[in-house]
Amino acid sequence: MHMADALLAPAVAATMYAATAVTVGASVKTLKKDENPAKLPTMAVTSALVFAGQMINYTIPGTGSSGHLCGGMLLSALLGPQAGFLSMVVILAIQCLFFADGGLLALGANCWNMAFYGCFVGYYLLWRPIMHSNIFKGMGAKGAGRLKIILASILGCVLTLQLGAFSVVLETSISGVTELPFGAFVGIMQPIHLAIGLVEGLITSAVLLFVYESRPELLMDVDSASSGQGKCSVKTTLVILAAVVLVVGGGLSLLASANPDGLEWSMFGNADSGYSENMGLDEENYGISSAAADTAASIQEKTAFLPDYAFANSDSSAGTSVSGIVGSAIVAVAALLVCVCGGFFRKKKAAAKV
Amino acid sequence: MRCLCIPFLEDGFMDKLSKARSELREIDALAAEDSPIHRIHPLCKLLATVLYIVVVVSFPKYDFSGLIVMLIYPVLLFQITGIPVRLCFHKLRFVLPLVLAVGIVNPFLDRSPLLFLGGIAISGGVVSMLVLMMKGVFSLMASFLLIATTSIDALCAALRKIHVPAIITTLLLLTYRYIGVMLEEVSVMTQGYSLRAPGQKGIHISAWGSFLGQLLLRSMDRAGELYNSMLLRGFKGNFFYADVPPCRLSGLVYTLLCAVFFVCAREMNLSALLGSLFVR
Repeated sequence: MHMADALLAPAVAATMYAATAVTVGASVKTLKKDENPAKLPTMAVTSALVFAGQMINYTIPGTGSSGHLCGGMLLSALLGPQAGFLSMVVILAIQCLFFADGGLLALGANCWNMAFYGCFVGYYLLWRPIMHSNIFKGMGAKGAGRLKIILASILGCVLTLQLGAFSVVLETSISGVTELPFGAFVGIMQPIHLAIGLVEGLITSAVLLFVYESRPELLMDVDSASSGQGKCSVKTTLVILAAVVLVVGGGLSLLASANPDGLEWSMFGNADSGYSENMGLDEENYGISSAAADTAASIQEKTAFLPDYAFANSDSSAGTSVSGIVGSAIVAVAALLVCVCGGFFRKKKAAAKV
Repeated sequence: MRCLCIPFLEDGFMDKLSKARSELREIDALAAEDSPIHRIHPLCKLLATVLYIVVVVSFPKYDFSGLIVMLIYPVLLFQITGIPVRLCFHKLRFVLPLVLAVGIVNPFLDRSPLLFLGGIAISGGVVSMLVLMMKGVFSLMASFLLIATTSIDALCAALRKIHVPAIITTLLLLTYRYIGVMLEEVSVMTQGYSLRAPGQKGIHISAWGSFLGQLLLRSMDRAGELYNSMLLRGFKGNFFYADVPPCRLSGLVYTLLCAVFFVCAREMNLSALLGSLFVR
């Protein structure tokens, strides 16, 4: 779900950076209030572990494919939402800088789509309420704890991935880089991420359950005093849940991808209103009638070097598009020449060294 | 003997982990080299890179000829620094699939002919897809060049200069240092697991929790020890960056030159201008 720079308009990227910066600021403030400097190395080691852990392939039984760990939920269950968010931001920054997974400009959007939803929404909306609730009371303290962890992780991963996927669609559409209608895009992204969310939730819950069994005090909002014996074993619960999830998830994804129109109808009521229009800003028709736009256009006409240069109306500007193509070719040749010269000088330098 | 060697070689995840480790080492080695670009102040490079990416993505979706001028900047930098371009290109495996997934529908949905090239009509969708891909490749090259010419310590010092909270920069540095250790650990574990589970593609469901869980518990303990050793060395919640020189005139001139070039390339279509010298 890591977005590349090319998928975002600068204004959208800046907005997402601002949103992420505000959240980072608030998180840093909360952590400073805690005054627990020992947390910093724990955060660093855990985020490094999650980074490496995300590269492990987990075989999904009965299928040939594999799933991965959901970082946001795991980190917020272990470190709390604020510290988890900062750790995710750092992971995403390293992925972007060193592995080109997501762009530098898109970092704000990626932090929002993956870290904010995963840590804050997942924690405050699901993890904490579920862990403090009294559901599964009849299973004994330990059994209830296990089931609550499984439920919270699966629901958390599904919800946060759905929100993240929807944000990706929204940000890409507002940036106007794709001709894909908004409804169809949503129809493709959501079911795919539903299946991914279910599997990631299962893997995350498995890791959290292991921690719960051996060191419950490491988890947030878990009553470590609960020591009663549960009625169901971890493995049985996991296998049953995995089977249910596979059937439900597989069925849902098939349904959704076979009939994406259903989602479009539900989102855009009547087809007459032209939902198939791209949500991106149309350069030809956007705000062209306002007085300010007219003034701006006339100023631009005076200042622009080639005012009639417009690819879109090719019949009126055939000349300019030809010069554009010729110019592009010259730029390409010049770039090649720079490479050849650079190689030549480097070789000469190397020879001189020897 | 077969069951010992083949799964180990076949395993995708083992490969992925060692690849990540070698990629990190590679970039560290590149950043430790020396060139005029390496010597520029990290903050100046960061500003120039961000400005470059902003300008690149701000090009209109049909402006192929305007965008291609932006190629000059990464090409020049690659040549001055002597960093091989192929190191950058194998990183495209993350960027291109997503960009392609979004852009590939453009040629099918936007079929209005945009220009005629020797009698062949080229649709707007094809041009916008090409422009989208170029934007993806260009911005990747710029951020790759930034990190390949700037060490992570220098970058964190630059981030501190623009008042990014110390928690973030310290966390970034510590995490970066620990990623190497963790990748090594996970790599050894997956290797051990794959040798005991021949022919299996990943971690079996029975070990889903315990595999990473074991490492998690050990790592949490290690974090405690790490903190104690940091305290013994006089850590007071902040790292000090002693080896970053103050911003020199060369850095300012570099940023200014870059900015002027980017803005010119964005505001005037330099290729069309160049072409009009030859074609009337």
